Amino acid sequence: MIEPGLYNYWLCVILMMTGLYVVMAKGNLVKKVIGLNLFQVSVIMLYVTMGKVEGGTAPIVVEGAPDTIYSNPLPHVLMLTAIVVGVATTALALSFVVRIHEDYGTIEEGDIAAMEEGR
Amino acid sequence: MIRHVILRIVAKTLIPCILLFAFYVQFHGDFGPGGGFQAGVIFAAGIILFALMFGLPAARRVCSPRALEILISLGVLLYGGVGLASIFKGGNFLDYSVLAHDAVHGQHIGIFLVELGVGLTVTAVMIKLFFLFAGRKHIL
Amino acid sequence: MAIIRLHDLFAAVMLLGIFSLLSAALFTLMDAVDVAFTEAAVGAGISTILLLGTLALTESEEKPEHNRRAPLALLVVLLTGAVLIYGTLDMPHYGDPAAPIHHYLADRFIESSPQELQIPNMVTSVLASYRGYDTWGETTVIFTAAIGVALGLGARRRSRRQLQEEERENKGGRA
Repeated sequence: MIEPGLYNYWLCVILMMTGLYVVMAKGNLVKKVIGLNLFQVSVIMLYVTMGKVEGGTAPIVVEGAPDTIYSNPLPHVLMLTAIVVGVATTALALSFVVRIHEDYGTIEEGDIAAMEEGR
Repeated sequence: MIRHVILRIVAKTLIPCILLFAFYVQFHGDFGPGGGFQAGVIFAAGIILFALMFGLPAARRVCSPRALEILISLGVLLYGGVGLASIFKGGNFLDYSVLAHDAVHGQHIGIFLVELGVGLTVTAVMIKLFFLFAGRKHIL
Repeated sequence: MAIIRLHDLFAAVMLLGIFSLLSAALFTLMDAVDVAFTEAAVGAGISTILLLGTLALTESEEKPEHNRRAPLALLVVLLTGAVLIYGTLDMPHYGDPAAPIHHYLADRFIESSPQELQIPNMVTSVLASYRGYDTWGETTVIFTAAIGVALGLGARRRSRRQLQEEERENKGGRA
């Protein structure tokens, strides 16, 4: 039952669930953004671990060594862009948080809901 | 933070190195790790360090918000323009092989221009984001 | 894990930055040098700065509240995690060269990219040439996100109260 080759996936699942828990259970909006970031890193880690080949090296061509094993470059490319897009969307989310704080004076979800009901 | 001698001197020495390293990453991306995305972020980090040290107004004088907005669009337009240029040259959208006389050379030109476009956009966007957040309530 | 418990958001953001740096080191171990580079620059640098900027604009303490949703969330998380781990039992092992992901497209990229493009870094060649459409889309996403933030934060600050006062003034002017 214990499969040593699968620890990497389990690590990713644990990280992912940590992020999911933070997003669901915490009422603080900045905390939620942090949770989303955690989740994102776990997905990136999942892809990168899948791209690794045993005995392989980084996917940069080594001159004069035609039988070098390279790790898979495709997940790297996808994750590279995902990180940068992730920070752009994080910035968008944070800008919403700032706007909400300016309008409501709080970044707690519960307080905002109470203020909306009270109106 | 401009009154801290150590911080000021270290930042003054580091900022040119960071900017130079960004250019190295941008143009050496074909051979080693690096490329437009990383170079853009590193360049922006250099400017942000400058803004932290010498204040936001000084950084605004170095790269004005207007110029940043132009650069953001210019990068995307450069990328799209390379795609359109390859259509006009008789290939598919973003098919760089037709850009020069032989396919390999065309690919090199295409990748260089596209990475430049990505680098411009990422740099300008990251600096712009920092300015927007930092300039909101005059933190600096 | 400490990120969940901490009520001090400043410390949580710092921990996230450290976590990003550590994961960048992990990526280097797994041969993803480009990804590690980006993660170190973006995750540990820019996003930490943006989060700190937000904290400076808002508040840096989380309100300690008794959360009724926490047990339910924990249950959902544990269930989902169990299902996901059950799903990984059939996955190819770490570093297995026979895994399906390393065949089809990846083989073609690794074999033909050095001849077709003559660029040593395969990540760059796949990024900019073979998957040029993807990268074009990503650039547009960043562009759009910047426009969104500029629209949200770039405008002059007007709180709801000011808006209401202005509305009242407008109505008063008309009457």
